[in-house]
Amino acid sequence: MDAHHHAEAVRKHVWVYVAVFLALLVLTALTVTARSMNFGLALAVSVALLIATVKGSLVAGYFMHLVGEKRLVYIVLAITAIFLLALLVLPVLNLHDGLVGTGTGPWSP
Amino acid sequence: MEIPYTTEARPDTGLYNGKFGIWLFLASEVMLFGGLFSAYVFLRNGASDWHAWHEAAELNISLATFNTAVLIASSVTMVMSWASLKMNQFGRYRMYLALTVLCGLIFLVVKYFEYSAKFHHQHYPSTNTFLAIYFTMTGLHGIHVLAGMVVNTYFLGPGAKMWRTEPLRLTNRLEISGLYWHFVDLVWIFLFPVLYLL
Repeated sequence: MDAHHHAEAVRKHVWVYVAVFLALLVLTALTVTARSMNFGLALAVSVALLIATVKGSLVAGYFMHLVGEKRLVYIVLAITAIFLLALLVLPVLNLHDGLVGTGTGPWSP
Repeated sequence: MEIPYTTEARPDTGLYNGKFGIWLFLASEVMLFGGLFSAYVFLRNGASDWHAWHEAAELNISLATFNTAVLIASSVTMVMSWASLKMNQFGRYRMYLALTVLCGLIFLVVKYFEYSAKFHHQHYPSTNTFLAIYFTMTGLHGIHVLAGMVVNTYFLGPGAKMWRTEPLRLTNRLEISGLYWHFVDLVWIFLFPVLYLL
C-alpha cells in the first residue's frame, strides 16, 4: 500500500481484516476437523496443504498487502517461488530411488 | 547522513527503501524455511517408521490449534496497529501493538509447556528423525517469534517517540515490522498441519 494512502481508505480496509481473521479461524477449525476424517495419506496431505495454501494466501494478500503491491515485489517473489519449488520437488523425485520407506537411505540412523 | 527514501517512494522501484529491503529479506527467509521443509519431505520419505515416531511424540494438537489461533489473532492486531497510525490514532496503535506482543508471549509460553512435556517424556531432538526435524523447525520459528517481539516492543517503547517528529516514517517502520510478523504467522500456518496433523 502506498505511503500516502488516505486514512479514509484504510478505514474501509478494517472490515476486510476482520473478515480475513474470521476466515482464518474457520479454516483452522476445518483443517483440524479434516484430520479426524481419517482420509488416506495422499488425500489428507492434499487437503491439509490446500487449506494451508488458502490461509497463507489470505495472510499474504490482505495482511501483507500483496493485493495491489508494486511490480518489483511480485518479480522478487516469483523468482523466490521458482527456487522454492525446486527445493520441494527435489525430495519428491527420490520417491523412485527404491529406498523410500526402507529406512536404508543415507538419512537412516 | 540522512537515509534516503524512508517515506517517499524511490522512482525506479516505486517503493520506499525499507519496504523493498524487507521483501528481499523475506525472500531469503522463504529459502531458509523452504530448505527445512524440503529436508522434512526427504527425511519422511526415507523413514521406515515415521508414523510410529509421530505417534510416540504425542504432540498436543489442542495446544497447537490454540497457538495457531493466537498467532492469527496477533496478525490482525499487528495490521490494526499499523492501520491506527494511518488513521492518526496513536493511542489505539499502542494498544494493538501491545496486544500483538502479548499474543507472541502467549505463543512462546504455550511452546515452552509443549517442549517441557516432551523433555519430561525423554523426547529429545536426538531421539528420532521426526523429533529432530520437529525441534529444528519449531525452534527456528520460535526464535523468529521472539525476534519479532523484540522489534515490536521497541516500537511500543522508545521507537514510538518518532511519532512526534516523523509520523509517516514511523508508520512505514511499523508496516515493515508487520510484514515480518505476518511472515512468521504464515510459516506457522504451514508448520502446524505438516508437523502436527499429517
